[in-house]
Amino acid sequence: MNWIWFHRLGSPPHFFRIAGKMVPWFAWLAGIAAVTGLVGGLGLAPPDYQQGEGYRIIFVHVPAAVLSTLAYAVMASAAGVGLIWRMNVAHAVAASCAAVGAWFTLVALATGSLWGRPMWGTYWEWDPRLTSELVLLFLYLGYMGLRGAIDDTARADRASAVLALVGVINLPIIHYSVDWWNSLHQGHTLLKFGKASMPPSMLVPLLLMMLAFTLYFAAILLVRARGEVLRRERNARWISEAIGERP
Amino acid sequence: MMHWLNMGGYWPFVWPSYLITLFALALNIYLARRSLAAAKSEARRRAQTQRSET
Repeated sequence: MNWIWFHRLGSPPHFFRIAGKMVPWFAWLAGIAAVTGLVGGLGLAPPDYQQGEGYRIIFVHVPAAVLSTLAYAVMASAAGVGLIWRMNVAHAVAASCAAVGAWFTLVALATGSLWGRPMWGTYWEWDPRLTSELVLLFLYLGYMGLRGAIDDTARADRASAVLALVGVINLPIIHYSVDWWNSLHQGHTLLKFGKASMPPSMLVPLLLMMLAFTLYFAAILLVRARGEVLRRERNARWISEAIGERP
Repeated sequence: MMHWLNMGGYWPFVWPSYLITLFALALNIYLARRSLAAAKSEARRRAQTQRSET
């Protein structure tokens, strides 16, 4: 297998240039997917036979919840790559994931809470899915707190990478909590027994919203990572050229 | 239109969910762009300082 692309991505000037070109594509595609997903979810999809119109919260809740775990998986993977290959760009990507991931987690908790009030009769319950999602928020906050507490960037990278990798244990707990324990939270939203658990008129807008959130995350991550790379490489010669300043 | 906005009586839960999400997404765009702009501004300042020193 040819790993040249991987090593080239580890080059800060190459990453900075490529990321800058990719951001507008991700952003526009995210916008298009979000608009079509919202039209489908809020306008075209029929009401649920049990939850009525209240189920429409899932078109923002499920993508936010999925992205909260996906962002953590990306953060931990990048942190692992940075730790093993000592790749500075990977640490920059990991550091850039945390704030966005924390916001996705907060949105998932808040929208889930707003869905829970009319459906369960309570905004919050110490349910395994909700509690493990809350633990995820604390992991993000802990990661950012740890980074902020250490002045030396290399030491902060290593310490936070270890924390990110340890926290990966929470991802399968979040995903399988509805199977492993008696949970108030409903089962898997997309697939049940290997089949789609909802009709295409609901599933397609939901998938479009998930695509929109994923592309949005990619765009925001790359913007943040470009800034992080600039800060880390502040004394490098390529910086002046990259930002349009002659050295 | 009012029927759609009412969301079958679930509007106090549906619309705040969308508003919270919109706010968080917009805030993240602002924060990411501000972070990159600050890093670029700092890099430009450094480049100008280096140029004036040489």
